[in-house]
Amino acid sequence: MSALKIKKGATSHSAYNLRPTFSDVEERHTLAVLVENEPGVLARVIGLFSGRGYNIDSLTVAEVDHTGHLSRITIVTSGTPQVIEQIKAQLGRIVTVHDVHDLTVEGASVERELAMFKVSGTGDKRVEALRLADIFRARVVDSTLESFIFEITGAPDKIDAFADLMRPLGLSDVARTGVAALSRGE
Amino acid sequence: MIVQALIDQGVDTVFGYPGGAVLPIYDEVFQQNAIRHILVRHEQGAVHAAEGYARSTGKPGVVIVTSGPGATNAVTGLTDALMDSIPIIVLTGQVPTFMIGSDAFQEADTVGITRPCTKHNWLVKETDALSGVLHEAFHVATQGRPGPVLVDIPKDVQFATGTYMPPKPSVSHYQPKVKGDMEEITELVAAMEKAKKPVFYTGGGVINSGPAASQLLRELVKATGFPITSTLMGLGSYPASGQNWLGMLGMHGLYQANMAMHDCDLLINIGARFDDRITGRIDAFSPKSTKAHIDIDPSSINKVIKTDIPIVGDVGHVLEDILKVWKSRGRKTNSEAVAKWWQQIEEWKAIDCLKFTQTGKVIKPQHALVRLEELTRKHDRYICTEVGQHQMWAAQYLGFEDPNRWMTSGGLGTMGYGFPASIGVQMAHPDALVINVAGEASWLMNMQEMGTAVQYRLPVKQFILNNERLGMVRQWQELLHGERYSQSWSEALPDFVKLAEAFGAKGIICSDPDDLDDAIMEMITHDGPVIFDCLVEKHENCFPMIPSGKAHNEMLLGEAQTQGVIDSKGSVLV
Repeated sequence: MSALKIKKGATSHSAYNLRPTFSDVEERHTLAVLVENEPGVLARVIGLFSGRGYNIDSLTVAEVDHTGHLSRITIVTSGTPQVIEQIKAQLGRIVTVHDVHDLTVEGASVERELAMFKVSGTGDKRVEALRLADIFRARVVDSTLESFIFEITGAPDKIDAFADLMRPLGLSDVARTGVAALSRGE
Repeated sequence: MIVQALIDQGVDTVFGYPGGAVLPIYDEVFQQNAIRHILVRHEQGAVHAAEGYARSTGKPGVVIVTSGPGATNAVTGLTDALMDSIPIIVLTGQVPTFMIGSDAFQEADTVGITRPCTKHNWLVKETDALSGVLHEAFHVATQGRPGPVLVDIPKDVQFATGTYMPPKPSVSHYQPKVKGDMEEITELVAAMEKAKKPVFYTGGGVINSGPAASQLLRELVKATGFPITSTLMGLGSYPASGQNWLGMLGMHGLYQANMAMHDCDLLINIGARFDDRITGRIDAFSPKSTKAHIDIDPSSINKVIKTDIPIVGDVGHVLEDILKVWKSRGRKTNSEAVAKWWQQIEEWKAIDCLKFTQTGKVIKPQHALVRLEELTRKHDRYICTEVGQHQMWAAQYLGFEDPNRWMTSGGLGTMGYGFPASIGVQMAHPDALVINVAGEASWLMNMQEMGTAVQYRLPVKQFILNNERLGMVRQWQELLHGERYSQSWSEALPDFVKLAEAFGAKGIICSDPDDLDDAIMEMITHDGPVIFDCLVEKHENCFPMIPSGKAHNEMLLGEAQTQGVIDSKGSVLV
């Protein structure tokens, strides 16, 4: 588990974390869910969210430990503190879920997302798009005389900001991976 | 291999219904004698029967059904078992692996359909993995908060030969926490020492934890002298004849129990889940109390009611630790204040909220249950129910002295549960008196199981309180919908005596209060299945009642108070 940079003992197994102070303000939380990589496991997680009416703002999933047969699902969700506590507890109940970590409350964490933007245009707009891409350290991964595809990685707000800038310059298509996140330090 | 796995898991009885996709399993069942197979008449009946078996024994119930319709018919039973935390293992046949996804005959996406209504499920694609999955299925179903699991086995996997692995002391990563946190337990004990108005609120978790948990609960109640109430699911964990018993709480709970919940200063929830039938209006629920909650499922805590002292663990283990800590700290309670609290409770009790008068020539349903209680309580007795008014009356008027004696569909509220459940109970306890208290409408939902009862000579007693109505629906229509009785009248009912006779069983009809005792005695003494058609008052309402959207202290006690009590906000609740 340490190879995956996940601290032990978060939500599901300690009674202490079950004492939230409730408020009605919606919060955004990033959850890292370590699951057995087997058929249907993603359906279980998604079914839990839809069945109980929770929000999914973004979701990424991939195998992270081939020998241990483990996948990591990173979910960005929002809800009142009581709902967030329930989401974590309900995720912890799923038999194939090994661990649930709330990266938003378990100390500092790093969030990254990859996105691709297709920007079509000619003349000044095209030059401006390229200049801004340079500032954002976006790479050109495809180019025609009338379009670019930029690849950009970063925190979700950086990608949002880049999207805002590209929109007037001829943004025609976007693909985003959703958030991947890890806690900082040990 | 499948049968061997069942034998190794200690299974002696399975309930099921054969079909094309499970023929290889049934071939194995045919060639052995270690496991008894009970042929039901509908797959829903198989799951409910397995639930009855499981609840009355504490062992998991096992079901075998075929693919497609066999599996979909089992869905209601699975959901019922999930809501009430009953350990059930359902084995379904599936079309061969190479045909999955081709819309083959009797193909259904069984694991997809049952994913939200099982604790876990598996589709086994390799025969070598089969025995491991089966053992894991038993482990998952019974450990932690129990629940139903399903193993979907394609027909080619059933036919192929593979290596059988016997059960190993658990290799599973699924190991729920059973010991409670000592710091929290100590905090609870400290609160118990100081409490002026404490109350124990217990639920099905006590029963699921095993007989030892009920014993510990009784010891704790006796030692502290605190009053105790229970949910529908928890009846029997503390004896109904016990000194500290307040009766059931909740929507149709007893006045003293609900008032105690409302006024208490320390509420100790042991293995219950603050269901909406219990809490009534959330923001007015037990407003003055410190709330402790013992539950093996962390997701139950803070789900509905904010808890001050959360303890995650198995009820039995936690109760043991509570007793240990409480004794080591000198067995203290605030006995003076608790005595005053009891005085208050006695005043509430004196209202006698279950009072009714049996007059005239029509049997009141309450009276029928009082007589049933009187004439059967000394027997080795198990009670099942269907769902509705009769279920609530049974909970109010029958006394349960021991755990695992009361089988009812609490969470899902499944009409048609009780009859097949009684078959499962009788299978597990062949010499016991098994009674299903039913309404005529619920009973008809799974009446085909008469064939099962007669085939296996199971002397289950079907005690039908027949009011020719969907009584609870009718009651709500009266209270909420301006007495417009939409579709709640059971028209064209069968003659239950002839129905019994047509199946080769005994039928008894009773409509006169004076004949009731003799008729009940005839039912008890008959050695075989009986349908008892008890014609009761048609418009009787079930009281006391907390109307939807109201608080515990706003209970209705009887007919006089019911005019316009549920406001428009309450009427949208169920």
